[in-house]
Amino acid sequence: MISFRLLVLCLLLNLSSFAWAEEVMSFSSDLNQIRYQSLVNELRCPKCQNQNLADSGSGIAVDLREQVHQMIEDGKSDQEIVDYMVARYGEFVLYRPQHSSATFLLWYGPFILLAIGFTIFVSVIVRNRKRRNGARL
Amino acid sequence: MRKLLFFIPLAAFSILGVLFFLQLGKDSQYMPSALIGKTVPDFNLVSLLSDEILTQEDLPNGPFLINFWGTWCPACHIEHPYLMALAQSGITLVGIDYKDEKAPAQRWLVEKGNPYQMVLMDEMGRFGIDMGVTGAPETFVVNRSGIIVYRHQGEINEQSWQQLKGYLK
Amino acid sequence: MFPEIGHFSLILSLFFAFFLAVVPLIGYWAGNRFLLEAARPLTFLMSFWVFLGFMILSFAFLSDDFSVLYVSQNSNSQLPIWYKFSAVWGGHEGSLLLWALILSAWSSAVAFKVRTLPEDTGPVVLAILGVVSTGFLSFLIFTSSPFVRLLPDTPVDGGDLNPLLQDFGLIVHPPMLYMGYVGFSVAFAFAIAALITGNLNASWARWARPWTAFSWAFLTLGITLGSWWAYYELGWGGWWFWDPVENASFMPWLAGTALLHSLAVTEKRGVFKSWTVLLAIFTFSLSLLGTFLVRSGVLTSVHAFASDPTRGIFILALLILLVGGSLLLYAVRAGQVRSNVSFGATGREAWLLLNNILLTVLTLTVLLGTLYPLIFDALGLGKISVGAPYFNSVFTPIALLLMVFMAVGPLSKWHNTKLKVLLVSCLVSLFLAVFVSGVLVYLYEFTVLAWLSLAVVFWVVCLSFTDWFNKVSAGTKGIIPRARQLPRNYYGMLLAHLGMAVTLVGILLVSVNSKESMLRMSPGDKANIAGYEFQFDGLSHVKGPNYIADKGQFIAYKNGHQVAVLHPEKRLFNARQQVMTEAALDAGFTRDLYVSLGEKLEGDAWGVRIYVKSFVRWIWLGGLMMMAGGLLAALDKRYRRKAGV
Repeated sequence: MISFRLLVLCLLLNLSSFAWAEEVMSFSSDLNQIRYQSLVNELRCPKCQNQNLADSGSGIAVDLREQVHQMIEDGKSDQEIVDYMVARYGEFVLYRPQHSSATFLLWYGPFILLAIGFTIFVSVIVRNRKRRNGARL
Repeated sequence: MRKLLFFIPLAAFSILGVLFFLQLGKDSQYMPSALIGKTVPDFNLVSLLSDEILTQEDLPNGPFLINFWGTWCPACHIEHPYLMALAQSGITLVGIDYKDEKAPAQRWLVEKGNPYQMVLMDEMGRFGIDMGVTGAPETFVVNRSGIIVYRHQGEINEQSWQQLKGYLK
Repeated sequence: MFPEIGHFSLILSLFFAFFLAVVPLIGYWAGNRFLLEAARPLTFLMSFWVFLGFMILSFAFLSDDFSVLYVSQNSNSQLPIWYKFSAVWGGHEGSLLLWALILSAWSSAVAFKVRTLPEDTGPVVLAILGVVSTGFLSFLIFTSSPFVRLLPDTPVDGGDLNPLLQDFGLIVHPPMLYMGYVGFSVAFAFAIAALITGNLNASWARWARPWTAFSWAFLTLGITLGSWWAYYELGWGGWWFWDPVENASFMPWLAGTALLHSLAVTEKRGVFKSWTVLLAIFTFSLSLLGTFLVRSGVLTSVHAFASDPTRGIFILALLILLVGGSLLLYAVRAGQVRSNVSFGATGREAWLLLNNILLTVLTLTVLLGTLYPLIFDALGLGKISVGAPYFNSVFTPIALLLMVFMAVGPLSKWHNTKLKVLLVSCLVSLFLAVFVSGVLVYLYEFTVLAWLSLAVVFWVVCLSFTDWFNKVSAGTKGIIPRARQLPRNYYGMLLAHLGMAVTLVGILLVSVNSKESMLRMSPGDKANIAGYEFQFDGLSHVKGPNYIADKGQFIAYKNGHQVAVLHPEKRLFNARQQVMTEAALDAGFTRDLYVSLGEKLEGDAWGVRIYVKSFVRWIWLGGLMMMAGGLLAALDKRYRRKAGV
């Protein structure tokens, strides 16, 4: 009981002498905040060596983060924001390249390789089986 | 046939070798603007010199240069005399005072001279974002029909001007 | 005076490297024993002169000899002494010298052991290492000498080492990384020697195995250290960025992992002979490719060195000569090998083949993602970026698939495995894995991918222990004597596989269970993040040896108890006038508290990033386990006995 009272006392003291820190950017909903996080993580800072908007401290990254924040709060969709950035800074700002005929190999190449790999695997196994059967005869 | 299979790695590597050779010496930092082939985006900006609101209707008839600058930017200091010389030789320049304050910007133009036919204030950098600017100085070439044809990042000097001037027509 | 001696000693080392590359090969073709035996002393001589050159450069750094251009660019009189030493490899020239030094160290190690190899093979192996050394030493001397002088205009003080690199991580990360991927040159040299001498039987694989395992362990450690360094030094808590330069070190690791497994099959069963040779060439080629990408300026990266076109041309020529030459040799000679051994679909050979296929696909995926922007640009299609979102969605599923098979492989026997035994173990583990991970996901509301990854983790752990238990419980002796009888090689494998699982736990939980906040905090403010209360006490000014800093004090509480005091700093370095964020962190087994100062806002408020990172240590713990596994495998008694030492 005493400890409980102490706890309450501590909490009260804390509340009276400390302010809770606020987020640098405030969002109207948690969803918006999550969308913001994922957008600034996937957009590349156009001026930096190789950094996304979230990690970069450069002036343009700060401005573009603010722009993304504002557009989200204005009710723009993720695609609209991406299109907005691409129209101004080019495809270069997307760390997730858009699907197109030119990026077909990029996106599906690994899976084509995987298919080729499995074909090789199966053919090696089959050839081995044939050879073993041959050896037995 | 089986023999040929062993040449596949060599062939693949040769293609890579050619690719690397082509890319060597290219400036990997060079970034073409996404606005090339487009007109100057819409804007409503206050003129630094006359306090009136200007739109793209007020832009000069091409060809001209749009130059982003700011009093906070060291390279803009270096670039300024060259811009003055360009203006003197009859080149039309539109200045965008980028992410800057009014008073020091006006002082700058008084002290160093004004090479621009018009100067617009982009205090928040919103027009800069519309133009895909990443910093200052940056210079766009707009041709006779009002189309953006080239963008140069960094200061304008004798060397970079040789490249720019070909687009100015 | 000393720098000139340094330069001269590098020229001497090039001289010996050239003879090392040529003399034993002439000896081999002419059948001259004397020329063959010259390989050993030539290797030691070359290494001695490289070592002397490196010592002289280190001395120039330690004695603040700013008349040397490289020293004046990368050091400063105020720099603490241990950073003066690590600054030796803080720039392009010095790190290339480190490359050459490590290459000569590996060459000497091989030379030391060369008597255990057949009389004509050993010298040829050394000669191949000599060819590589000749290439790199001439690159160093002709385009990137670290001993260029600034006479008579010696600067009063140096430009200082890049502040990002003034850190413990940089002292240890590059040497370990280079030990790793330069070490793959030994496996490469064995493979090329096998192609030249035509002894493409299983023996070269046995010689190459411990060397490959050692290099692999070093590379694993190097990558782990690099990731850890980036995490605490760059100030935003990321541990892997899929940056081209990181990929450049990751690709040899992936290929090296494949090589490690493929060498085992070739040694034990004599199959996949030509494939293993190709893989050895491929692995070292990827190391060279990494060097090219980092130093030629074709890619934009946070870590790339400043470059000029001559260097680019030189290193491209080197790449084409070494890789192109060995692939040509491969194309001509490897076609002659045929193996007559066969195996069944459930044999260990088949599982390892699957391992090799998946690892190769993964390597090529990273290669594709890294080079795609380059290809795009070269074809005039414009500029694109390929980053983390791409790799996360393409690399991850294939890697998980690999881990599923990785767990099953060890249970299999050479040639053929009884399907029933395999199925029973797998079904039990599968059930356990799905059930346990299902419960966890239900309790913590994780996503589907998280559930899948957790299931893979439990799958790997269950099957690893099942396998161990099967092995120790068979036979009549007790468990402990049996367990002690199992070879180190086996325990190395077990440890490395479990390390993978531990790393995966870290990767998974840090991505789904971490909390981050960017806050505006004034002294006295508190913030509540993931059950921790952070209190900002205030700032003080501190003066470091070569910087001044604002040092914040944060106290973290959990349930009212103080758990940590954190001191993040914002440093301004004197020489370069560069501002650096120095994050503060409280490391824990299940979570890290991470605070870094952002920008100063209005009044006395600061932007503060606070993260609570779940299980992030496990990522590197797993890396250390893998490294230890590699070392155990390399130190297996078998190699020593068979090698006859």
